[in-house]
Amino acid sequence: MRFVPAGDLALSVEFAEAISVEINTRVRALEYLIQQKGVPGVLETVPGYRALLVYYDPALTGYDALCDALRPLAAQTESAVLPPPRRVEIPCCYDADLGFDLAGSAETLGMSTDELVRRHTGFEYLVYFIGFVPGLPYMDLPERLAIKRLDTPRTKTPPGSVSIGGTQCCVYPVDSPGGFRVLGRTPLKLYDPGAAEPTLLRAGDRVRFRAIDRAEFDRIAAAVEARAYTPDIP
Amino acid sequence: MIKILEPGPLTTIQDTGRPGQLRFGIPPSGPVDRRAFVIANRLAGNDDGAAGLECTLIGPRFEAQAACTIAVTGADMPLTVNGTSAPAWTTIELKAGDVVKLGPARAGVRAYVAFAGGLDVPVVFGSRATYVRGRLGGVDGRALKRDDVLRLLPARPARRRAVATEAIPDFGGEPELRVVLGPQAERFTPDGIAALLAGPYEMLPQSDRMGARLRGPRIAHARGHDIISDGIPLGGIQVPGDGQPIVLLVDRQSTGGYTKVATVCSVDIPRLAQVKPGYRVAFRAVEVAEAHRLLREDAASLARAVVEERS
Repeated sequence: MRFVPAGDLALSVEFAEAISVEINTRVRALEYLIQQKGVPGVLETVPGYRALLVYYDPALTGYDALCDALRPLAAQTESAVLPPPRRVEIPCCYDADLGFDLAGSAETLGMSTDELVRRHTGFEYLVYFIGFVPGLPYMDLPERLAIKRLDTPRTKTPPGSVSIGGTQCCVYPVDSPGGFRVLGRTPLKLYDPGAAEPTLLRAGDRVRFRAIDRAEFDRIAAAVEARAYTPDIP
Repeated sequence: MIKILEPGPLTTIQDTGRPGQLRFGIPPSGPVDRRAFVIANRLAGNDDGAAGLECTLIGPRFEAQAACTIAVTGADMPLTVNGTSAPAWTTIELKAGDVVKLGPARAGVRAYVAFAGGLDVPVVFGSRATYVRGRLGGVDGRALKRDDVLRLLPARPARRRAVATEAIPDFGGEPELRVVLGPQAERFTPDGIAALLAGPYEMLPQSDRMGARLRGPRIAHARGHDIISDGIPLGGIQVPGDGQPIVLLVDRQSTGGYTKVATVCSVDIPRLAQVKPGYRVAFRAVEVAEAHRLLREDAASLARAVVEERS
């Protein structure tokens, strides 16, 4: 673990140089401990895969003082007990016109589209963190589904696209360019600036995809549009 | 009430920004030149965080539908009230029906208009600041349009204020921006770091509130330009594979996967905000403690910048 300045308003606490559930859990544990204990001068925190960016007010603390305050908390991250994660179910329609890379991905992975859907829905994903654009979850992926990204990224990927690339799964919250392979689409909005909570997911959430048909997709989409849909988050 | 007659290419409502949302991927937004924005508010007798306008390259034309006090700061845009030249960096009393116009910037990029009381738009997740990409804040999360009508919050009694001449920034020349090296300086070759600090770098027209795109000497990587994605601080200098720097600003992506060679000191972000496309900047490395000292100095000078005038 090391501390690095990220300019004069933030510092980065780096745990390791790898993507893993264990390392990311330490990142989220440090964020949780900071929230629980309250560290003077800390304004906000941004988790990544393996580092926590800590924003601070230099009028209230200095770089060295903040490192000293964070060091004992960082040391507790291996043993810290995090609150139980939220378990979120995301309905996803895997029809070919929404999941336009499903067939190609299945072929690349040497399995049928049915098996790809079965494996994709049969896994519990960890939201490592939210980032890049509002509400975009960075999630893990079953090893068997690891797949090269598109050689030519799409200039536009529709919102709600459930996608895989490399060793990650993600859902595009807004219309954006991207090199991930689109397996299907969820009628849920991962980012909604008009909602009480702007993003559906948070770092640490556990996500499962549930396969739905087109009729259910349309029904949920209409309910979401009318703000009459409550996501299945216990 | 303020009625927008011509909006200009990009005029948005900003306050001092949206706190605590980066962990959901939502940037702080707020003025890129925070210093000029705060001075405008102090001139208008507001708290620093009152909502005002950020005008980009060409200002808007608007009508005051009731008497109000305003102040204009930042980029040097020719300012007129009812067609007659009016001064920036001081308070201006408007009567009902007065028409204010900010023309194309002669120097700098972003001008700020503060209204006594502040603009009254809904507070969304702790802020009135507009984040256009996320359709958040301001008026329906967008830039202002012709015929938008903006309400003002109750103002304190007007006082005539001005800015000490020495506190008015000069947006000409080639500014030297101070940086703290890192967080991934070790991912670059010594020559790459030397290139960054030798410069100069030219501001490109694709720059926006998300990032300032620069072109200059190639900043060479030691091993690859990708990192495991992590948070991007204000002023973070991202260097993708082409070796050209992008300085991330107030509407930045919260996280990213490109190496960050250095981070522009917060005290110098306002100056960077005012560099026009085609103009150049240089970089100089300082330690964090020095950056904090500069910040304290700047806060002290800001506290002296706005003076009350005897009427």
